[in-house]
Amino acid sequence: MSQATQTEPKEALFSKKNVKLLSDPLNGSNPVTVQVLGICSSLAITVKLEPAIVMGVSVLVVTAFSNLITSMMRNFIPNRIRIIVQLVVVAALVIVVDQILKAYVYDVSKQLSVFVGLIITNCILMGRIEAFALANTPWKSFLDGIGNGAGYAAVLIIVAFFRELLGSGQLYGYQVVPESWYLHNGGWYSNNGMMLLPPMALIVLAVLIWVQRAKFRQLIED
Amino acid sequence: MKLFQNLFDATRPAVTTGKLKGLYPLHNALETMFFVPNHNAHSGAHVRDAIDMKRTMITVIFALVPALLFGMFNAGYQHYKALGLLVEGDLLAQFFTVSNFLFGALRILPMITVTYIAGLSIEIYFAYRNKHAVNEGFLVSGILIPLIMPIDIPLWMVAVSTAFAVLFGKEVFGGTGMNVLNPALTARAFAFFAYPTYMSGDKIWINTTAEQGAQLVDGYSGATALGQLATTGQTSYSAWDAFWGFVPGSIGETSTFAILLGAGFLIYTGVGSWKIMLSTVLGGLAMGLVFNGVADSMEPGAMQSYMSLPFYQHLMFGGFAFGAVFMATDPVSAAHTERGKWIYGFLVGVLSILIRVFNPAYPEGVMLAILLMNVFAPLIDHYVVEANISKRLKRLKLQQS
Repeated sequence: MSQATQTEPKEALFSKKNVKLLSDPLNGSNPVTVQVLGICSSLAITVKLEPAIVMGVSVLVVTAFSNLITSMMRNFIPNRIRIIVQLVVVAALVIVVDQILKAYVYDVSKQLSVFVGLIITNCILMGRIEAFALANTPWKSFLDGIGNGAGYAAVLIIVAFFRELLGSGQLYGYQVVPESWYLHNGGWYSNNGMMLLPPMALIVLAVLIWVQRAKFRQLIED
Repeated sequence: MKLFQNLFDATRPAVTTGKLKGLYPLHNALETMFFVPNHNAHSGAHVRDAIDMKRTMITVIFALVPALLFGMFNAGYQHYKALGLLVEGDLLAQFFTVSNFLFGALRILPMITVTYIAGLSIEIYFAYRNKHAVNEGFLVSGILIPLIMPIDIPLWMVAVSTAFAVLFGKEVFGGTGMNVLNPALTARAFAFFAYPTYMSGDKIWINTTAEQGAQLVDGYSGATALGQLATTGQTSYSAWDAFWGFVPGSIGETSTFAILLGAGFLIYTGVGSWKIMLSTVLGGLAMGLVFNGVADSMEPGAMQSYMSLPFYQHLMFGGFAFGAVFMATDPVSAAHTERGKWIYGFLVGVLSILIRVFNPAYPEGVMLAILLMNVFAPLIDHYVVEANISKRLKRLKLQQS
């Protein structure tokens, strides 16, 4: 009767609101630079671009599908044991991703070593499930997962870009700095060895945060 | 001077009210460098004293002059000695020659220039951006940084390290006076970890550019005294050589004697804290004594013979003296409380010798020890102040009861 007229009109798949779910985490609510989640893994695996990209994609897949699955189950999960259920979902997805990596990109999987398994403990995952997927429809949660995964991957790729370029003179494993520039070949250049050490990842990330906040001043906290 | 006065007066309207307003910090910095600033205090009671930050900084630079000049002579001396081109005569006649000095000056002056350009351009940019006057803090860092670099380091590495130190050691914390770490040592630490092949080892301390009709002498070794000690436990340089400074090493650190002259000047003018210097030396001596004491019970080897190096000789080798006098005493990054200074300095000394002896990968422990204690200095101050507060509270309670 009157209830039927009050149901909201069906929302378009990519309505403005939904697109915002995708685009917000890339800048204004970036999981790494703004919410400061998932820092540890972004420090550990950003020495080179290739593992960073693989890691970014893996996290993206896991966040997207864990959000989707949890959101589908959100009305059946008893509130008191929800963390355990969420962990089971995430762990299952991580194992799937880990196996796929081992099957298709074995070398990268070895470089990432323990960090793929540790995606389970990545704060972004639990954060998004708790804060978003448990209260929103599956489609929205899926978009939110993709957005946050992409935000994480973007930061990883930017940091890895600078670290690989300045630290080993390469990009994606290809030599970018000409060999003849190097001092041991009679040139003038030398790679910055500190870029290969974790502290420099922290500093590159800090510069990224600095640049972002200098550009979007509303992000500056008091 | 009339010429400069006219120049500054003529350009002042343009930078204070005119179009070039953004350049005021630069104008101001240059003007106060040439002339006494005519700023007056407008209100309240003030301590009347001729000292301001510019004078403090220039005092430190004067204190650095002996080490700097000695470093220039030494760079040339080591170079010609390695190539077997020394003139006939005794050591002093061989050492204080014009060609030695020119050789060193021609390599060290460009380093100083590069450091100043790299550091000051960042400082001026931030002064312009944050609308304050350019601070004088970099005047000293700009001399200190070349003095703790090896002679052979490429100039662009000096520039990159300086830029890193000024940006991440100082400006991100809010500029001069806000830094947690000593900027000059930050530059050296950056260079040390970023370009290890050009900052450590035994190839870089002596410039061995070929000269016509000369080649490296037989038995040449470019290792520093500490480098030799770390690998073999023995050194071919005598303690007196190390004291006077006729040894390879970073440009300004070799001559303990020249550094002592600077230290005397700093203490006499009251610019450097004698408490920190003394306690650093005491800490180094104490750790050296401990090593001497336990050396006998160690199994023989390089480590054992290093540990039995007479404790006072630790003060002469490497950068210990330079660090104790010019680095640990940095008024910003050191401890501020008087009792804190004793603790801070003592721990710097202890850690320097500890790192030096136990970690052959870092033959020079002074840099890391001072940076580490810089981080701990606020904590030391905090507890010294807290201890004082609780002591006075106790006294208050005693009076009341």
